[in-house]
Amino acid sequence: MTTTRRTLLLSGAAVAFAASIGLAAQPASAEYPEKPISYIIPFGPGGESDITARLQQPFFKEKFGQDLVISYKPGAGGAVGWAELNNLKGDGYTIMGVNLPHIVLQPQQKDVGYQTDDVTMVYWFHYTPDAIVVTDDSPFKTLKDLIDFAKANPAKMIFSGSGKGTAPHLAQIRFDKLAGVKTTYVPFKGTGASVAALMGKQVTAAMAFTTVAANYEKTRLLAVAMDKRHPRFPDVPTFKEAGIDIVSGAYRGIAVPKSTPEPIRQKLAKMIGEINADPAFVKKMEDGGFAPVDYAYGPAATKFLSDFGKVVTESAKEAGMLK
Amino acid sequence: MPGLEYLIDALTPINLAFALLGVIAGTVIGAIPGLTATMSVAVLVPLTFAMPTSSALILMGAIYTGAIYGGAYSAILLNTPGTPSAIATTFDGYPLAKKGEGNFAITIACLASVTGGLIGAVALLTLAPPLSKVALAFGPVEYFWLAIFGLTLIAALAEGSLLKGIAGGALGLLLSCIGVAEVAGDVRLTFGFHTMLGGIQIVVALIGLYCIPVLIDLVAAPGHHLNVVTGASGYRLRDAVRYLWGDKFNAMRSSVIGTIVGILPGAGGSIASLVAYSEARRTARPGQIYGKGEPGGIVASESANNATVGGGFIPTLVLGIPGTPPDAVILGALLVQGVRTGPSLFTQQGDIVYTFIWGLILATILMLPTGLLIGRYAYRTIITLPKSLLVPTIAFMTIIGSYAISNNINDVLIMIVLGAGGWVLARFGFTPSPIVLGLILGPIAESGFVQAWTIGTATDDRMGMFFGRPISIAIILFTLFTLLSPIVLKRLKRIKEQAHVD
Repeated sequence: MTTTRRTLLLSGAAVAFAASIGLAAQPASAEYPEKPISYIIPFGPGGESDITARLQQPFFKEKFGQDLVISYKPGAGGAVGWAELNNLKGDGYTIMGVNLPHIVLQPQQKDVGYQTDDVTMVYWFHYTPDAIVVTDDSPFKTLKDLIDFAKANPAKMIFSGSGKGTAPHLAQIRFDKLAGVKTTYVPFKGTGASVAALMGKQVTAAMAFTTVAANYEKTRLLAVAMDKRHPRFPDVPTFKEAGIDIVSGAYRGIAVPKSTPEPIRQKLAKMIGEINADPAFVKKMEDGGFAPVDYAYGPAATKFLSDFGKVVTESAKEAGMLK
Repeated sequence: MPGLEYLIDALTPINLAFALLGVIAGTVIGAIPGLTATMSVAVLVPLTFAMPTSSALILMGAIYTGAIYGGAYSAILLNTPGTPSAIATTFDGYPLAKKGEGNFAITIACLASVTGGLIGAVALLTLAPPLSKVALAFGPVEYFWLAIFGLTLIAALAEGSLLKGIAGGALGLLLSCIGVAEVAGDVRLTFGFHTMLGGIQIVVALIGLYCIPVLIDLVAAPGHHLNVVTGASGYRLRDAVRYLWGDKFNAMRSSVIGTIVGILPGAGGSIASLVAYSEARRTARPGQIYGKGEPGGIVASESANNATVGGGFIPTLVLGIPGTPPDAVILGALLVQGVRTGPSLFTQQGDIVYTFIWGLILATILMLPTGLLIGRYAYRTIITLPKSLLVPTIAFMTIIGSYAISNNINDVLIMIVLGAGGWVLARFGFTPSPIVLGLILGPIAESGFVQAWTIGTATDDRMGMFFGRPISIAIILFTLFTLLSPIVLKRLKRIKEQAHVD
């Protein structure tokens, strides 16, 4: 009698204990997300990072039934937001957009209040491949035309681009090195301003992104920094086809505060992956000139970041931006 | 008029409701310093996914134009621009309100905003493709010279001592260097504080430099915040219409300035209204005393800043290059909807564009009754609220406003420090406007200079870059003209008088 009673008690306690463990370890992994998720973009509204988040927004709602609420925390090229990331609540309901090469270069250039390793990446979901853009009436018909001109006229080939130490700037440095030319790079505030300078004929070409040709009429691409040609622009060759090994661009991903529990990190990575796998989403991305990638939480994301980091760090050192 | 057939589409009940709601919400948001047109449009974006494109555009356009107008309320009643576009509205708006004519000032602001908004929207309707070329004709060096021209406005804006105005402008330029440099990316003047990395946001400076000194004075001085003239109550619509009619050249000129500055992607409502204001002041008729409560100052500033709305949509829709920050957000929303902007938008998707433009025109017209009503309510509230309620309410708003601009507590700290500094400087006769002007124009001048220098070096023609381009030459000549004409005129007058005496 007593044994049964004791067994009952013990097993009751065990059940209660197991339940409490379960609750603590996986607070909502079955249910998550059960309320809207705050998606912080460390840039101002209307920028490219905002637009890509806006593209994910309706798909997230459709698939997971919760809103992705976008807010902005701009400042210092994103650094203000990333320095704040680990102070935010790690319950899976606060996530933040992350950009490359920013989080690799900023902490190496100056004390910005965070290190690259402080950023807990959940997913790298796409990139806007670097591309050389000219106006449709430009005398340059092919990449070779442009390289020939640059070889004959050192420094007179003038690229506009978005900012310094950014994807277009690093692509220009790498292009100069691999094509054996010397070009001039003029930084502008954002891709829009660099395209305006191109359209106004203030510069000869823009080192920008594939998205530019998708969004602006009267522009042409000469080459894209991808492994294979972009489906939206099947006639535009890659740099690789011309023997110039550049595969680069502005990569975007999602990070969580360090205190976010493991199951939620994985669930979130799975969710973003699901959106990335949706053919309607892929179509929307490709129409906009983006190129989806899938480096999910874990070894894939880590390896990608360290490989990418090595390449950009090297380029930035050659440009004298890092010591 | 092109696209007249789409007027009917704009007049559907749902579009009318969006135009009305947008204008009301925009006006209220714009009146609160720190809550800007850009933020209010950004908040709306997710709602627009489920809407037809033209309705979405009407809603965003209405809230945008309403917010630019709403900025005038706090400029007139609290000497604090609700949005950067309303800086110039404070110059005459607040003195007028101090004199007890706040209701008149608000009605004038409403009429001028509607006038400017309509002229900008009509330019968008009729001349968008040709006018968009203006946006491309301005290269880095033109922005550099435009910023230099803007800095010379300090001479016109400095109350009292010119030297103090220049010192204030220089301080503003220095403050604009704090943080990560806009194009070169290097970190400057942060003194090792992470707080300073983000630099000083213009809106944060506006709240600190304009609003905090007003708050301190409200507490320090006895008596009412604003005088009230007995017997001059109501909207004073008739007086305002009569004044505006008498000042129609000013209103037209300011609206044209606003439209053109709005088209330039690197400049915005703040520069438009400051240029229009200084032009109005330069061409003042005898008896008009600008800076002391001349309604013409409100006419110039408010018609110019609302004209930038229509003007800013021109490069946005024709070229895909946003004319102003809120346009960038609207452009993003269009991309998500799969609408590609560009010249063919007007020819192939005329239904979207023209329905939107008519909607914007309707929203601007609706701003007249709603603006008068909300303005009256705002005025009543400010004059009847006891100070013990007014001061904490405004103080609360300054903190919310400076936090909201980039969701950052650092901005609140910077706002308070600037406010205290601004109050001390005001004791010594320094006004906030030259400081803010330096802060706004510093980055424009710097980027323009760096870019023009780089391009000039690459082409071995730095002199030609800076002094050889037609638009640059025109801006330089105009700058010299505005700077030197008062001196020359005075000299001429003296010579003439001397000749008379002889």
